[in-house]
Amino acid sequence: MVLADGYEPETLNPLLGFGEEGASKLFDGLVEHRADRSVRAALAAEVPQPSPDGRTWTVKLRSGVKFHDGSTFGSEDVVASYRAVLDPAFASTVRANYSMVTAVDADGPSTVRFTLAYPYAPFAHRLVLGVVPSEAVAQPGPLERSPFNGKPVGTGPYKLTEWRKGDRMVMEANDDYFLGAPKVRKLTVVFAIDDNTRAQRMKAGEFDGTALPPLAANGLSDVKGAQIIKHSSADYRTVVMPMANPVTGDRAMRLALNYAMNRAGMIQALLGGRGQPASTPIPQALPEFVEPTAQFRYDKDEAARLLEQAGWVMGGDGVRARGAQRASFTLMYPAGDSVRKDLAQAFASDAKAVGVEVKLEGLGWEAIEPRMGADALVLGGGNPFDPDLKSYPLLHSSFAANGFNNPGSYRNAQVDAALDAGRKETDPAQRVAYYRQFQRAYAADPAMVFLAFLDHTYVVRDGWTGYQEVVDPHTHGLTWGPWWNVQSWVPRG
Amino acid sequence: MRSRARDIAALALRRLVFAVPVLCVVAVGVFLLGAASPFDPIHQYYGVQIFSASAEEIAQAREALGLNDSLIVQFGRWAGGLLSGDLGVSRSFRQPVAQVIGERLPWTLLLVVVGLVLAVLIALVLGVLAAWRQGGWLDRCVTAIGHALEGIPPFVLALVAIAVFSLSLGWFPVAGLTDAGAEATLGQVASHLALPALVLAVSQTPWLVLHVRQSLLTALSEDHVTGARARGLAEHVVVLRHALPTALLPFVTLIGARVPELVTGAVLVEEVFSWPGVASAVVRAALAVDFPLLVVLSLLATAAVLIGSLLADVAAAVLDPRVAVDG
Repeated sequence: MVLADGYEPETLNPLLGFGEEGASKLFDGLVEHRADRSVRAALAAEVPQPSPDGRTWTVKLRSGVKFHDGSTFGSEDVVASYRAVLDPAFASTVRANYSMVTAVDADGPSTVRFTLAYPYAPFAHRLVLGVVPSEAVAQPGPLERSPFNGKPVGTGPYKLTEWRKGDRMVMEANDDYFLGAPKVRKLTVVFAIDDNTRAQRMKAGEFDGTALPPLAANGLSDVKGAQIIKHSSADYRTVVMPMANPVTGDRAMRLALNYAMNRAGMIQALLGGRGQPASTPIPQALPEFVEPTAQFRYDKDEAARLLEQAGWVMGGDGVRARGAQRASFTLMYPAGDSVRKDLAQAFASDAKAVGVEVKLEGLGWEAIEPRMGADALVLGGGNPFDPDLKSYPLLHSSFAANGFNNPGSYRNAQVDAALDAGRKETDPAQRVAYYRQFQRAYAADPAMVFLAFLDHTYVVRDGWTGYQEVVDPHTHGLTWGPWWNVQSWVPRG
Repeated sequence: MRSRARDIAALALRRLVFAVPVLCVVAVGVFLLGAASPFDPIHQYYGVQIFSASAEEIAQAREALGLNDSLIVQFGRWAGGLLSGDLGVSRSFRQPVAQVIGERLPWTLLLVVVGLVLAVLIALVLGVLAAWRQGGWLDRCVTAIGHALEGIPPFVLALVAIAVFSLSLGWFPVAGLTDAGAEATLGQVASHLALPALVLAVSQTPWLVLHVRQSLLTALSEDHVTGARARGLAEHVVVLRHALPTALLPFVTLIGARVPELVTGAVLVEEVFSWPGVASAVVRAALAVDFPLLVVLSLLATAAVLIGSLLADVAAAVLDPRVAVDG
């Protein structure tokens, strides 16, 4: 099977972020996600469970698993992988995901124990980290120097046979895979960065599948023997409102802008209809968690009423002002990301309609970062597996202005309390209640203006069975998408 | 004659000694430019994970990567490694620089050598034909197209070539080293090499062809050619045996002088055609402020230019005993 990807990974090391959400093909985590977002055991023998106080997770390991190089998988590999993530000397880029872990210890050759600083209910979702052989992290030092990055050794259903950088990657089925040898024997991923070139080559029959922007994918709808597949995602685009800015720091202003946005119109015009409106970071992909009363409708009159009420009076130039403060602020977007640029322009025009002036600036991330506390920003992200994973660092006050987390320094005691309660609660029904409470508190005092969850579009050639629809995380590359479970696909005929 | 050979060797040696300070200046210059650039290497290191990392973790990673050290310390560390044969690790490719170069340089050499040979052949054939029938339709075409092409950058040529020969006519594949999933066999690489090499050649041809034409015209009016004609020799013998050799001498020097253009052309052509060579790595390294790779690539380019001009001078000295070798 030959797939084309518009994004080439810089590294195949899970500790540097490869396959951060699992489904990496080359590696396995202790657990893996299923199509319904639940986790099931992979390198673990059974789904890990917390101790009654929620601070110790004991994981029994599967026996008889071998790495691609023939060495035996054991607790020392799990311990070494997680310790390397936590040790600053390795400069792992996924360390933030494991900030709750205080210790990882082996308890004999086939049991590992994680000790957490506080009870953390969704911890099982974090155990998708690909486990590397302990030899790969024997020497402390920045992982970028590790030869492992280009010559990975995992336990996964495929092993890497060739990676010609800038060109393609070839993977072959791992016959010793512990869940059975894959039927799709050879997987080639060709890197073709340009969307139009990739669409042309897909049309010419060179590939069996690829990811394309919605509009380019629509152009391939008449290709025989191929179909367009749409995946919903938890991949949101939001406009961050910095609290330190005198305009966006006003609660009434943020509420009004949330009502002023024609989200359905943006999705239709800018995303070719491939997206879902967003009001909070909780996606429709987590249906039981979505709070119906926390969704903003498109209501310009309500927006105007809120602004009037708060003292933002319309001026002669069509821009409101409160005292000497004009209702005007700057919105930054990463230059080069055309979807974010379009959304920024739509945001500015919808804001203009209610008398708020938005000045746009397309910048590089290095220029954006120091200004995030004062100027608005189009940000993206999302995780479909558990509401805590994204909402907590995005909106909890403890993450205020911490790197790219909670960049607007939003602080709301009720939001904090609900998020804290949700991450510690183990009873599923009670967790749902906490996250709905969180959304109600958020909607009364929104930190940002969520616009849309993007759908991902793919073109897939027929010839295999086994495809299972799934909700994509915000990841680059083809680890997710239709081929997330390619190891259980079967060639047709 | 012995002393002439020794003089040429001395010339080469002098140039090589002179190259050392030039290369040092280039290395320091690239390093300083990288330090002054607005791009932050920590963003490249983290990739998309930067959006979930905490400020404290980023600070610790900076420390571990040595990005907090002063410029002099960073440069000293790199230079020390270089002296012990370690070129360092490329941040944008996450592999040793030596390996990046080793994997990619052969493809660039293949592209550039084929491109240059094609350019020289096209230039010689068209230049001679144009000068031979000066003012004829071929001459007028070659001169007009040559002048027009001088103003067209290689990436425009490349995009036009893809549109015409790949997308419309379907003669050549669009891009890459091989078809998707195919092995790098001779046939595969040859068919994928054709278009980029041709574009590179055509982008270099105008200067060469106009030069060949001009110097051949000059040579044709010289005394020894007039003499040959007076002796009643056949026209092709006069042009190819008597005029052309005199005209070729400055041509050799010109080819050496075109090496910088060839390097720039290769960067653009490799980028457009997704050719996995060192030149396309330049773009990626530059955007990532990947100093270890960037400086080695700059040094390679500088060395290519110096060697190009040295080879041209040596060739000129060997071909023509009148050329002085004391410079």
